[in-house]
Amino acid sequence: MDLIRLRNINKTYKNGVTAIYDLDLTIKKGEFVFIIGETGCGKSTLIKMLYREEKPNKGKIIVGGINVAKLRNSKVYKLRRKIGVVFQNFQLLPKLTAYENVAFALEVLGLPKYEIHKKVVKVLDLVGLKNKAKHYPTQLSGGEQQRVAIARAIVNGPKLLICDEPTGNLDPKKSMEIMEVLEAINKLGTTVVMVTHDIEIVKKMNKRVILLNSGRIVKDYEEGTYK
Amino acid sequence: MKALRIFSRSIRDSFKSVFRNFSLSLASISCITITLIVVAVSIVLSYSVNTFTQAIEKDVTIVAFISNDKSDDDIKDIEKHILALDNVQKKNVSFRDKMDISNEMMESSDVFKGIMQDWTKEESPIQNTYQIKVDDIEKIGDTAKEIEKIDGITSVKYGAGMVEQMVQVFDTVRKFCIILVVALIIVTAFLIANTIKITIFSRKREIEIMRLVGASNANIKIPFILEGLFLGILGSIIPIIVTILGYTKVYEHFHGHLFVSFISLIKPYPFVIYISLILVGIGMIVGMFGSWRAVRKYLKI
Repeated sequence: MDLIRLRNINKTYKNGVTAIYDLDLTIKKGEFVFIIGETGCGKSTLIKMLYREEKPNKGKIIVGGINVAKLRNSKVYKLRRKIGVVFQNFQLLPKLTAYENVAFALEVLGLPKYEIHKKVVKVLDLVGLKNKAKHYPTQLSGGEQQRVAIARAIVNGPKLLICDEPTGNLDPKKSMEIMEVLEAINKLGTTVVMVTHDIEIVKKMNKRVILLNSGRIVKDYEEGTYK
Repeated sequence: MKALRIFSRSIRDSFKSVFRNFSLSLASISCITITLIVVAVSIVLSYSVNTFTQAIEKDVTIVAFISNDKSDDDIKDIEKHILALDNVQKKNVSFRDKMDISNEMMESSDVFKGIMQDWTKEESPIQNTYQIKVDDIEKIGDTAKEIEKIDGITSVKYGAGMVEQMVQVFDTVRKFCIILVVALIIVTAFLIANTIKITIFSRKREIEIMRLVGASNANIKIPFILEGLFLGILGSIIPIIVTILGYTKVYEHFHGHLFVSFISLIKPYPFVIYISLILVGIGMIVGMFGSWRAVRKYLKI
């Protein structure tokens, strides 16, 4: 089953820069996909359109059955609840502990306390931070902060996890730890789409790889074929 | 249940925000306080002025004196002429016979009685009169002049000059109050919008994350709108106290009357309660309106 389907996507920014040209892409449920390419090739624009941070000028985007390109501003939250997003700079709230940061995502959705507690504990365990739940972001290392961010992204059980350079600020060893967490999440059934610069990681992971250049898909490597 | 949880969270957040940006909140609250005090004074003034004007208007009567050589038929004719005038209150034109007037005068004073008791109807220099009330007090002068022109009317009396002046002064006071209140309310709304704008900036990341994890727009907006509401309510506390204590003091000081007995002040209760409710209402509306503007502009949702 297709989770993401993009047809004839064109995206031109208001300043006249065209980021995506006539792009087609299908990603199946449960896949793990890397999107790579040089800076400015349009990969960030591509994933931003997936969670409706950007809107395409032309084309059709379906994510989890929602027509994203036609989604009204006031309905974007419906899409976001099906998607988890992780960024390079973690985006944690500094005044909240690791636990509170993850719980925040559920609190704003109005879940009851006991349910929040159950889910947060479970997900912190999954990313290996069970014993650091009461630490503040400043007391955690970069890798640990990113794991908190991942925990927050998946705590609501999204179908799709979008990662925008999640290892960009981390050393190779910490990066691999993050990749292990992402792979574990993928194995539990969540589709993962990850944008990265780090070719070493891509090579080690042996997943499907989409190479972008100047807003077009140059090559779509099947699982295990990217060397 | 879910909506309730989200709502209680919103209330908590907005409270936190008021105290987190305390200096700014204080600026907004003081601005609302000052505005509402002026609003309260204006309402009291214009409302009182209104009552005064009404009281005066009720009291002001044109007295038209009828020449003594007119017969009863002539008098009926005069009445028709008076009733035909535009500004005259049709139900409030009354004829007073000269004998009634002299009786009244004799009752009021022994001196009058001594002089007047022997006068017959024909001898009496006292004139029959019509007592006329008007709809529009501001045009009383013109109406009086028109009545004077009617054949058989020898003269016309009303509180010429003084009445018009008083009404005019009251009217100016009322208009000035309204303009002042509107201007102040607008300024306050902008100030609150500014406060909320800074709150929004200081919580930018929090808002981004809320949007990212799928909080609905209403969910994100409500805390800010509530914050404006709280600022409005907090800002109305002092004005309410000032109004209640202040007006009661003023009322006691003047013993319920302003300078002359026929201008009576409005009784403090429940007047001050109504004003307090109006003040809280204005505070809440201005606060919510200000923050709603800021939210719409800076949240881009």
